[in-house]
Amino acid sequence: MDWLLHADTTTEKLLVMVVAILLFVAVMSIILFAVDRPKSPPRWIVTVGFLGPALLLILFGLVYPGLRTIYSSFFDRNGQNFVGFDNYAKAFGQDQFQQVLTNTALWVILVPLVSTFLGLLYAVLVDRTRFEKLAKVLIFLPMAISMVGAGIIWKFVYEFRPAQQNIPQVGLLNQILVWLGLDPQQFLLNQPLNTFFLIAVMIWIQTGFAMTILSAAIKAIPDDIVEAARLDGLSGVGMFRSITVPSIRPALVVVVTTIAMGTLKVFDIVRTMTGGNYGTSVVANEFYTQSFRQNEQGFGAALAVVLFVFVIPIVMYNVRQLRITEEIR
Amino acid sequence: MSVPIPAVKLSEQDEKKASKGPASKMSRIDRRAAAGKKALTSPWATVTAIVIAVLWTTPTLGLLITSFRPEQDIRSSGWWTTITRPWFNFDNYESALFGSSTQLSTFFVNSIVITLPAVVIPITLALLASYAFAWIEFRGKNILFIAVFALQVVPIQVTLIPLLSQYVDWGLNGTFWAVWLSHSIFALPLAIFLLHNFMKEIPRSLIEAARMDGAGHVKIFFQVLMPLLVPAIASFGIFQFLWVWNDLLVSLTFAGGGRDVAPLTVRVAEMAGSRGGDWHILSAGAFISMIVPMIVFLALQRYFVRGLLAGSVKG
Repeated sequence: MDWLLHADTTTEKLLVMVVAILLFVAVMSIILFAVDRPKSPPRWIVTVGFLGPALLLILFGLVYPGLRTIYSSFFDRNGQNFVGFDNYAKAFGQDQFQQVLTNTALWVILVPLVSTFLGLLYAVLVDRTRFEKLAKVLIFLPMAISMVGAGIIWKFVYEFRPAQQNIPQVGLLNQILVWLGLDPQQFLLNQPLNTFFLIAVMIWIQTGFAMTILSAAIKAIPDDIVEAARLDGLSGVGMFRSITVPSIRPALVVVVTTIAMGTLKVFDIVRTMTGGNYGTSVVANEFYTQSFRQNEQGFGAALAVVLFVFVIPIVMYNVRQLRITEEIR
Repeated sequence: MSVPIPAVKLSEQDEKKASKGPASKMSRIDRRAAAGKKALTSPWATVTAIVIAVLWTTPTLGLLITSFRPEQDIRSSGWWTTITRPWFNFDNYESALFGSSTQLSTFFVNSIVITLPAVVIPITLALLASYAFAWIEFRGKNILFIAVFALQVVPIQVTLIPLLSQYVDWGLNGTFWAVWLSHSIFALPLAIFLLHNFMKEIPRSLIEAARMDGAGHVKIFFQVLMPLLVPAIASFGIFQFLWVWNDLLVSLTFAGGGRDVAPLTVRVAEMAGSRGGDWHILSAGAFISMIVPMIVFLALQRYFVRGLLAGSVKG
């Protein structure tokens, strides 16, 4: 039965996949069959049958490891000696990691604001035009692309060749600089601007998300409000400022917070484009490097906890909102 | 992972719009179009929109064109020069897919093997759990639901090291099982929340009627609810598909880099580091890893947007 764990041919892999799915279906069927006695079963058995598997997995894979990580963030690299808050002091104290935190802050501020602004602008511009569908797909498509793919696409845009005769630029951005009569730049190497060129990639991905949500919100503004405002002589920027933006405020909040949280955990782009070198690392990337490359378990755990602490305010806000919507129901 | 609350309202509006039927929808769009003539008349608006659209598409287009150019051409000229001397072939794709040093075809299979169970399993579990949250009364339900909901935003980074050591203990590290299990777990909170929202929208009377006929929970779940939930399942299915196929962190941690388990993203990211200058291989490799999600996305866009509006994305 070794192939179940170590499939190495294509056939074996596909077979393992089918086995896994069938196994899962079989287990679920047994559970459901067990709770579906014709004589009405005690309610708790049904509840456990429906809810149990999911809750068990969540406890095993999210809650317990989360607590475990918080615990080990107070220990040294081997998890042997208690070090108190040393790991956190290191994360916030040393220059090297302060830069990581600064970079992360730049990402989390710039990406949500710029992509929401561009997404809103674009949604308003193409709203109700003839090419709306096509225009939206063009902006939207980067969402389907993996961040690894996006990283490679943009790395190619930023590609650098030394400024010499006979050496043509192959990266579009440097070619544009050359056409303008400027020297080509090492966009991904030159600090501190390189972080901004990485941030541009995330903005490129997230603008489509912002546009989609905001466009739907704009379309949901009741016609009579728009009509009334028009009769009052509002149009263009005035209409945008006093009707559109206030009407879609809840959607704006969702978009900004969602993008901020996604950005906080950004890892793939940095890893693919610079590997976190040249002063471009962010917390999520540093977490990976410290935990799995440097084997600094305690410090890696502390960085993960830092990420977690940053999202807590958003969680609290969300739970409050959830309570409100539940009450309305 | 996500922040969905006020979007719930959006989804309801979406729902209403859909239920109005095509006739009223048409007239609404017509009215909008009539009212919106003004938007078209501003040349600046049009120019700005076109500039953004061009900025957004050019990078992808550039790499796509590059992937079809001969290696020599890629090294000696920019992709924009292809207009003057067009010359395309599939050599790069062939060497990226089957060349002994890259062998992306193997990783392509891995991506498929990882993705399918990692989509099916969490959806099934979440459907059952969200049914319990929506239609079974039990003590502590609200607290439990809020807890699951709050777990959506936990960064998966906090779970990786303890999970990894658990998998190592069980001998599962570096196998498909570890990757499937992890993806399923990480998907559950968002899946439960989204599907619960969809489930709540099903009229209570339908469930009550089935109960009157003597149907138990299992029967109600399969015969009454499942058929109505197909669009919701499709929405979340696409999310989860894109998320798993495009994921790097989970696979990097639990699958290792070997060709037995690692998916395309891991391999392509690794190539970007080790073969940074080989744009003929990299460009083709990037598009090999992107083609499936792009097709799925373009074909099922409608469901994807619906899912977005119902609960935002995780990331």
